[in-house]
Amino acid sequence: MSLIIQNNTNPIPPGADQDAVLAAVADEITNRGFVIAQADKLFNWARSGSLWPMTFGLACCAVEMMHSAASRYDMDRFGMLFRPSPRQSDVMIVAGTLTNKMAPALRKVYDQMAEPRWVLSMGSCANGGGYYHYSYAVVRGCDRIVPVDVYVPGCPPTAEALIYGLLQLQKKIRRTATIAR
Amino acid sequence: MTEQSSRLIKADEKLEGLKVRVESIIGSKLRGVRVFRREVCFTIDVADIPAVLLALRDESGGGFTQLSELTAVDYPDRPQRFELVYQLLSVTLNQRIRIVAPIGDGEVAPSVSHLFSCAVWSEREVWDMFGIFFSGHPDLRRLLTDYGFEGHPLRKDFPLTGTVETRYDDQLGRVVYEPVSLQQEFRDFDFMSPWEGAQTAMRQHDLTDDDSDSNEQVQG
Repeated sequence: MSLIIQNNTNPIPPGADQDAVLAAVADEITNRGFVIAQADKLFNWARSGSLWPMTFGLACCAVEMMHSAASRYDMDRFGMLFRPSPRQSDVMIVAGTLTNKMAPALRKVYDQMAEPRWVLSMGSCANGGGYYHYSYAVVRGCDRIVPVDVYVPGCPPTAEALIYGLLQLQKKIRRTATIAR
Repeated sequence: MTEQSSRLIKADEKLEGLKVRVESIIGSKLRGVRVFRREVCFTIDVADIPAVLLALRDESGGGFTQLSELTAVDYPDRPQRFELVYQLLSVTLNQRIRIVAPIGDGEVAPSVSHLFSCAVWSEREVWDMFGIFFSGHPDLRRLLTDYGFEGHPLRKDFPLTGTVETRYDDQLGRVVYEPVSLQQEFRDFDFMSPWEGAQTAMRQHDLTDDDSDSNEQVQG
């Protein structure tokens, strides 16, 4: 008898249900040596479970971004490790004021990221220019330069807000991403 | 006499000594002196800036070896619209002075980058923000604004939002510059700024007729 695991996007909480699933999987492995799952679900699980953000701090939001990565909020537990290279990154956190002078560099970094790739806009300045909306030097929203998946409001958003935004991005990936993106 | 007031008098005496000493160093090049809130400010001609700063740095009784700031101010109503400002610090005297020199639009100021190496970036910034040209500067490029930027943002007649904005163009595959088009014009809600506060509101209140104002209150 082959095992059919319900492909819920919501994980099964600990308890009798989860134990039953785990026992069934363990049985399957000892009997046949492998389990069968849907490939796109597997990929989405892997993608959303190892979102590596590009380290792209532009202003004070970057400090909150650092807080979210440091020991108190610890983004590592979601498999999110900051990478110093766009070639190794899946998601770019635009953390801060994007100026006209920086815009081509931001786009270049985005273009260098391997697909699939996502962008999280963090803070008022990146969302729509914010405090500097009428400035001669600031881009009125980083979505003028790169396509944005998640907007995190705040000035700056707290580390919790950023983590919430990243969890929303994980949800979005599980919901929308397919093999042919 | 309280301790505080005696300390203030001592500070005033010290400031007076500083003023006399610096006046003697600047000598005939001095055009004016002003003391405001225990800060002493000397006015000189633009052409004399390097000579005066060198004398203040090297002559005995000066020792102003640190140029802590170099900037400019725009006064659009004056015939010579800009004022170059040099803040000097003497570490040995523990005293600061300010040297200002009025300069008109299009006039050339002599560079002091050969006297104070920190002036290289400051003069680049002044060139960038005000468009004051410095002769004898080793590398007078813009410092802060975008590559190919036009205009000088800290001039009072520079428009707040500038003239161009950026956008990524999918067809061209690069970031393009376009004339500014705002969704909504800039609106100034500064009638109760925390710094001006009630004063500004009261000034507006004084302009209106008192009787009509009280009538409104009754009706309201």
